[in-house]
Amino acid sequence: MSLVSLPEPDAAIVSRRGTIVDDLRRLVGAGAVIGDEDGRRAYETDALTAYRRLPLAVVLPASTEEVSRVLAYCHQHGIKVVARGAGTSLSGGALPAEDAVVVGVSRMNRVLEIDYMNRIARVEVGITNLGISDVVKARDFFYAPDPSSQLACTLGGNIGMNSGGAHCLKYGVTINNVLGLKMVLMDGEVIEIGGAHLDSPGYDLLGLVIGSEGQLGIATEATVRILRAAEGARPMLLGFDTSEAAGQCVAAIIGAGIIPVAIEFMDRPAIQVCEAFAKAGYPLDVEAMLIIEVEGSSEEIADLLSVITEIAKPFAPKAIRVSQNAEQSAAIWKGRKAAFGAVGRISDYYCMDGVIPLGKLGEVLVAIAHICNKHDLKVANIFHAGDGNLHPLVLYDANDAGQAERAEQAGHEILELCVASGGCLTGEHGVGIEKRDLMRVQFTETDLALQMRIKTVFDPKWLLNPAKVFPLEGRGVALEVA
Amino acid sequence: MLANIRPVDERECSRVLAEATAAQTPVAVLGGGSKQQIGRPMHTATNVSTKGLRGITLYEPSEMVMSARAGTPLEQVEDALTRRGQMLAFEPIELAPLAGGEPGQATIAGVFATNLSGARRVKVGAARDHLLGVRAVNGRGEIFKSGGRVMKNVTGYDLCRGLSGSWGTLAVMSEVTFKVVPLPEDTRTLILLGLPEEIAIEVLCAAMATPFEVSGAVHLQPSLVSRLWHEGLRQQGQALTAMRVENLTKSVAYRSARLKEHLKAYGEIHELDGDNSSAFWGELRQLSVLQGSDAQLWRISTSPGTGPKVVAAISAYMECHAFYDWSGGLVWAEVLPTTDAGAADIRRVIAMHGGHATLIRAEAQVRSAVEVFQPLEAGLQKLTRKLKAAFDPAGILNPGRMYADL
Repeated sequence: MSLVSLPEPDAAIVSRRGTIVDDLRRLVGAGAVIGDEDGRRAYETDALTAYRRLPLAVVLPASTEEVSRVLAYCHQHGIKVVARGAGTSLSGGALPAEDAVVVGVSRMNRVLEIDYMNRIARVEVGITNLGISDVVKARDFFYAPDPSSQLACTLGGNIGMNSGGAHCLKYGVTINNVLGLKMVLMDGEVIEIGGAHLDSPGYDLLGLVIGSEGQLGIATEATVRILRAAEGARPMLLGFDTSEAAGQCVAAIIGAGIIPVAIEFMDRPAIQVCEAFAKAGYPLDVEAMLIIEVEGSSEEIADLLSVITEIAKPFAPKAIRVSQNAEQSAAIWKGRKAAFGAVGRISDYYCMDGVIPLGKLGEVLVAIAHICNKHDLKVANIFHAGDGNLHPLVLYDANDAGQAERAEQAGHEILELCVASGGCLTGEHGVGIEKRDLMRVQFTETDLALQMRIKTVFDPKWLLNPAKVFPLEGRGVALEVA
Repeated sequence: MLANIRPVDERECSRVLAEATAAQTPVAVLGGGSKQQIGRPMHTATNVSTKGLRGITLYEPSEMVMSARAGTPLEQVEDALTRRGQMLAFEPIELAPLAGGEPGQATIAGVFATNLSGARRVKVGAARDHLLGVRAVNGRGEIFKSGGRVMKNVTGYDLCRGLSGSWGTLAVMSEVTFKVVPLPEDTRTLILLGLPEEIAIEVLCAAMATPFEVSGAVHLQPSLVSRLWHEGLRQQGQALTAMRVENLTKSVAYRSARLKEHLKAYGEIHELDGDNSSAFWGELRQLSVLQGSDAQLWRISTSPGTGPKVVAAISAYMECHAFYDWSGGLVWAEVLPTTDAGAADIRRVIAMHGGHATLIRAEAQVRSAVEVFQPLEAGLQKLTRKLKAAFDPAGILNPGRMYADL
């Protein structure tokens, strides 16, 4: 793919690579700096693998203090920095640059404090998302945001992208579950925002920093909410003849005052691929399927699922399957959670992450089909129906340069469609490099200028996670508050 | 001469603020004016009110979203929601009556600009967690937007949350879009009487750590129980610890029974059903027990288990009456009037235990003399000043309301 252009590396910085690596080794110890090419190669891309850049050097600090030293050094010498968690970004958020130092937080993965009375955990941000739940699950607690990559992705990356997940309809996304951060600013200053209490004094800096894609500072520690898990949870499947019927059924459920913990939508191509992979018992003769999960005691669950079944009736579901046991529930979710992997087994794909108002689902899916037909590509759609987050997977053959470029073009048209429908470019994957040049579709110059001024407030030299989020042209405006 | 400007649309608001910046004229930003007695007193000759920007512009119950112009009365928003069986989950509290003002004056943007949430916040999040999108005018007079009308949105930096809790010092909101949720079918309140504070908070935290989705967890000292509007409770004359369960009627019955079983070691548990339960939490939303007093009032945010320690430490310095919300993490502390409202002692206590304190009720001269909002650490203070400059370079919006130099 080639639609996104990346700036030429700063030759002066690149030429000083040897000195810079030596300096970094003096700051954090030789063992924490990767300077050789093979070692750096492991960090050249993230989950948007079409783009690769060999970083100048990779530093894996073990403490906030080390992060601070590295950032202060880079700030002083005008060296760009890309923060990295597990490298699972689908938008190129962790893509390095030849003239940038990668600061990976993976070694900073300790649990510092678990406080069940106050229902918080204080952790270093290199811990994986699931790692937090793992340490509290013996007491039936969990950390709520659950992105599909939760086994691998770090809390640090989640903070950068304000990650969500299938269960965010009920439990919210990262911003709703983080109470405090320790963060290193680009000049090396360490600040603490929020804490163990529910709200912070002064401006809501947590709100600004979380989701800022690593451009305002590097978080090193976080205080997160841990929640007591529900007594139980069980999904059901509903299959429909049309996507519109499925969308209307979701609207009716919510309209009836029921908020399931998750409502996932899959269209026919997605169902076929996932069923072939997971053998979850998905109905194969329907155009659209909903996975609806509710929580509570077994009796509460049974009651809720029967209410939902009643609500669904006017929409003529062709298939109704209620999970009868833990195995069936696991299989149902396995199919959904493995959807991206399952599609990946049959084809390369370009995963979009737009958001649309639920009421527009039918017409948007028709328009997406039209866009993909026009570019002679196939598409499978997965949709977090409760919150409007749509993931069209545009299928293509990566060995065919023409197809790859058409897929990226189709993706851009789909995102423009999402914005025109009243939605937005990205619901959970972030802007990164991928949607950087589409920002003007959603925002005016004034909107962007204000965001860029905030970038300048935190990082006056624009060294953190360069060439991401904002279109490359028109960045000068941000310097006026420096 | 005091000028009252009430723009009728966003464009007029933009022109007014651009002119104010050009003329370096500071303006007081207000909605219904229901919180004018809160914050540091300002010396502004011009009021810019959002009262002319009214009306619900979008309401999709099945998508759980509503948009309203900034000056739309909160009551109008809540009436429209109630008619469709929905509500604002975060239960915004009513502040005006604390200083003798009339209830029902708040505007929807004022709610978000001050990020003041009620009892349900402990379960569902604060006002800021429900704000999805905003249109606003910054100090330069520039009209901007952030977020949108969909539940999930990580496109660009999140200025919505940047504005919530900024008390009109960064921008004048012109329209807000927010998440709404279904009204629960039923509610029940479990009450324990006469518990010592540390134990009471232990009970509340234990309740929050059950799977029964407790949506309110409060404790009132006896002196404040005697101010409750609910007659039966008022006459108890003992400390009161209350927890709320909300859900489908069947679930409420099941969950409150399980919760009672779980907490039975702590003493006899009384229940308020349906309307009685709603009335109790309704009056807490009005902060009934803090009304009609001229005692100075602090709002202290800390970790729940720390709440009683903070109150005990403050009580060592001064007479103090406490209402604990958020399972102990929010303390409303009334103290007898002094020239500094006990600020030096209270902030010393906060520094030891963690958290922050805001002076909510005190005479203007006291609010001029002490820091009303929690003073910030040097690093945060520097960022705060620069953020202010990014939105409002001439410093015309609510100057000095939050901090003397902001």
